[in-house]
Amino acid sequence: MMQRIKPFDHLILIIGALFLIAPVVMAFMSSTHSAIDIHSNGLYFTPGSDAVGTYGKVLTHRGGFTGDVTGMRMLMNSMIMGLGFAVGKIVLSMMAAYALVYFRFRFATLLFWMIFTTLLLPLEVRIMPSYQVMSTLGLLNSYTGLIVPLLASATGTFFFRQFFRSIPDEMLEAARIDGAGPYKFFIDILVPLSRTMMAAIFIIMFIYGWNQYLWPLLMTTDESFYTLMRGIKSILQVWIGSQIPDYNEAFALAVLAMIPPVAVVVIFQRMFIKGLTESDK
Amino acid sequence: MTDSPLRTTLPNGALLSRLRAWYSADTPNPAKRVQFDRPLTPWLFLLPQLAVVVIFFYWPSVQAVTSSFYIEDPFGFGSTFVGTENYTDALTSSQYASTAMFTAFFCVMVTGLSLGIGLLLAVKADKVIRGAATYKTLLISVYAIAPPVAGLIGMMFFDMHIGPLTDLAAFFGHDLRVGINYWDTAFALITISVWKQIPYNFIFFLSGLQSVPVSVREAALIDAQSGWRRFCDVTLPLLAPTAFFLLVINITYAMFDTFPIIDVVVKDKPANNPITLVYKVYLDGFKGNDIGGSSAQSVILMVVVAALTVLQFRFLERRVHYG
Amino acid sequence: MAHLSLRNVGKTYAGGNQPAVCGINIEIADGEFIVLVGPSGCGKSTLLRMVAGLETTTDGEIRIGERVVNTLDPAERDIAMVFQNYALYPHMTVRDNMAYGLKNRGASKATITERVNEASRMLELGPYLDRKPRALSGGQRQRVAMGRAIVRQPAAFLFDEPLSNLDAKLRVSMRMEIRKLQKRLGTTSLYVTHDQLEAMTLADRLVVLNQGKIEQIGAPLEIYRKPASTFVASFIGAPAMSLLDAFIENGAITLEGHVLAQIGNMAGPVTLGLRAEDLRIAKEGLPMMVEHVEELGAQRIVHGTIGAQTLAVIDTGEAAVQGAVRVAIDPDRLHLFDTTTGQRIESKRQTARELAL
Ligand SMILES: Nc1ncnc2c1ncn2[C@@H]1O[C@H](COP(=O)(O)OP(=O)(O)OP(=O)(O)O)[C@@H](O)[C@H]1O
Ligand SMILES: [Mg+2]
Repeated sequence: MMQRIKPFDHLILIIGALFLIAPVVMAFMSSTHSAIDIHSNGLYFTPGSDAVGTYGKVLTHRGGFTGDVTGMRMLMNSMIMGLGFAVGKIVLSMMAAYALVYFRFRFATLLFWMIFTTLLLPLEVRIMPSYQVMSTLGLLNSYTGLIVPLLASATGTFFFRQFFRSIPDEMLEAARIDGAGPYKFFIDILVPLSRTMMAAIFIIMFIYGWNQYLWPLLMTTDESFYTLMRGIKSILQVWIGSQIPDYNEAFALAVLAMIPPVAVVVIFQRMFIKGLTESDK
Repeated sequence: MTDSPLRTTLPNGALLSRLRAWYSADTPNPAKRVQFDRPLTPWLFLLPQLAVVVIFFYWPSVQAVTSSFYIEDPFGFGSTFVGTENYTDALTSSQYASTAMFTAFFCVMVTGLSLGIGLLLAVKADKVIRGAATYKTLLISVYAIAPPVAGLIGMMFFDMHIGPLTDLAAFFGHDLRVGINYWDTAFALITISVWKQIPYNFIFFLSGLQSVPVSVREAALIDAQSGWRRFCDVTLPLLAPTAFFLLVINITYAMFDTFPIIDVVVKDKPANNPITLVYKVYLDGFKGNDIGGSSAQSVILMVVVAALTVLQFRFLERRVHYG
Repeated sequence: MAHLSLRNVGKTYAGGNQPAVCGINIEIADGEFIVLVGPSGCGKSTLLRMVAGLETTTDGEIRIGERVVNTLDPAERDIAMVFQNYALYPHMTVRDNMAYGLKNRGASKATITERVNEASRMLELGPYLDRKPRALSGGQRQRVAMGRAIVRQPAAFLFDEPLSNLDAKLRVSMRMEIRKLQKRLGTTSLYVTHDQLEAMTLADRLVVLNQGKIEQIGAPLEIYRKPASTFVASFIGAPAMSLLDAFIENGAITLEGHVLAQIGNMAGPVTLGLRAEDLRIAKEGLPMMVEHVEELGAQRIVHGTIGAQTLAVIDTGEAAVQGAVRVAIDPDRLHLFDTTTGQRIESKRQTARELAL
């Protein structure tokens, strides 16, 4: 296509990219300076010399109110949260979508609407009763409590249902003639056929799980279950009243919390965009 | 797909037949020509999802509705049925009204700005050839940053001691006092929320633009001389479905997903700070221990967001169909 | 190997107000190649899929061998099917695609290897055994689909328009390959197509379907020579048989005022069928106005009008054909059909001639 390249277009893109990226870069650079330097000089655009110390401290120093949660621990919890959520989502929603698309059975339509009504209401609007239910079930301060309730939204199911519907009808017909029953067909044919889709969904769900804030905030009072997001909240709470807040540590924590999801997005960019734009949520 | 119970108008007597369709195994429009015909196996596959949905969605949702009709004793000694009092209290309180006003303002600002900037960047990124991939990667990477992290970084930028934006405002003669001055805080909240949401809109607009067939673009190039005309007459109508979809998503984002940003910036101290309705539900419920009032607000929000999602869902089905 | 029998078979889809197929009776001998042919939507696929067990049979009885299979699962019917879009498993290699059905049936490793190798030799798929279907051409995919059917050594092959996704040339060669293979294996086959040429060349017997009912069953030539109705007459053979409004008066067939032949004691209007190849451009005969000529190389198809009615004639002559010409008609090769029912009318003259042969 013939079109003149205008410097103006690049200018806007550069401004846009700067607006988005500069804060991230400054957060990273500032995390490598000492708190006192930041306090007196403001944020930095250049690397400093305190990176090893700050990150070492954030990762290994026992902090928090009870003094026994390290950055490592929070990193691990975030990882469990991201992976657990992504895996759980894929397993649950693939199975449910399989039943809804490939079976003829009573109440199928009712169940379909029961499951898809969950798309109507985000967790935030029923946060209080959800909390009460969790405490009734004794699931506060547990990985199950952190992950499983978040699986109640049917986004993944909706997506897999769309995907399964797009698979040619003949695939099942051929498999049935080849003697495959419902379990064989699922394991031998459907799961391998869905590999790319699973990967795309996995990326999105991993980021979603990793980035959860409100739910971990409510579910965890025991600091050994803190995720990085929860850690950010508590590091800000500690600030209040301190002379020179630990800016550097806050930035380091923010950087740690950003790296895995950003890396995943950048590395798997194409798959991520495909998953995002085709699953629609 | 057409037999959605979300359809608002039902012809007379259709309700019964629809109920029957929910029960019957013979759906008018089965997803596959051939399906497995087993009575039990599908339930086995559905069981995990159903269990999660019932326990963690329906149970709390029902509880939200019931407790919205009660006033709970703050010390946990029983509760009293009060009818719709919680609702009238909420709807007539001036605090609720001002929060609702701010939420609306916030939604409009965040949605408008992040859609506008996202679209602008997508159109430009679609045009350039050199460096397109780099711009794309840079712009997209911010998507993955969690809202609380965005809130934290934003906080630093608006910090009264070290924040470069505070310095910038001071340069223009304004004393920016985020967390203390209502509108300053609002400004910070909107800026951070927009910053976080631009990449999402950018991704969708860009893939919308890139799915416009080359032949259509070339035809437009021939038919319309000015780039602006071309954009208004050809590109924009083609992007309309994406834009509509994003509009709903962005409103939902502004209403709910900005919770962490508000929490980080306002830090439980709403004293003289703007908050959104969702944040008020949280504050009244968890900090104020007003479970009934909080639940009533939840239910009101549920109605609003359900209406929004129905809109989106119907649209989504169409989109998936024709897209 | 087995014979197949369909007795009074019918199907009404749930929600459909009239049957998609009904009253189908076909007896298929062991090793026979039967082609179901008919226009789009006439119920060919429905019938085939009922035999496969992919659709329920709402009426009648289907037997494969001695077993009534109406309620059996597709896998239990001992049939193999080749789909129009091949329906190969995209994530499996050619070898695994062919082996999958055997594996599910618990065949031993040795048997699987042996059968897959044999099938791939027959279909010349050896070099592609470890490729995924994505990396194959359309014709090769088609052969893999065939291979998947062959390795199973089923009682019957079912084909649903297996060649319609191939280009014209490949279609012709694959057609011959399928026929050769079937002869060699001797497996009873049921083949669906809407292409009458494919039907003619492949079939031992043709079943012509129209709106869910059988119009005619018979060997290709028999159907070609003696179409049972105007529907069959216009569907089988290319160019299509010209159907003209004629009249019988005083025992003579009259077309646009010209007497064509004498016939027994009938009277009234008839539909007259004329095959293009039974007509000649000649010095004598019916006057025709040439409208349009299709050159095919070895011959040409001349389209023209007699009175207000259109007619196609095959001409092999060298001279250009245009304007007013005359068309000679062999009176033995006339087809007569009832004007209202469309059914064939056997003229005495023709029967007498055939008896003499
Ligand atoms: N699942 C179904 N539900 C209802 N009616 C159907 C269904 N499948 C097919 N039909 C109808 O049954 C009739 C026969 O369809 P069938 O697919 O057997 O036609 P066909 O002869 O194979 O046509 P084609 O050459 O186009 O493949 C058609 O009128 C079709 O509309
Ligand atoms: Mg068909």
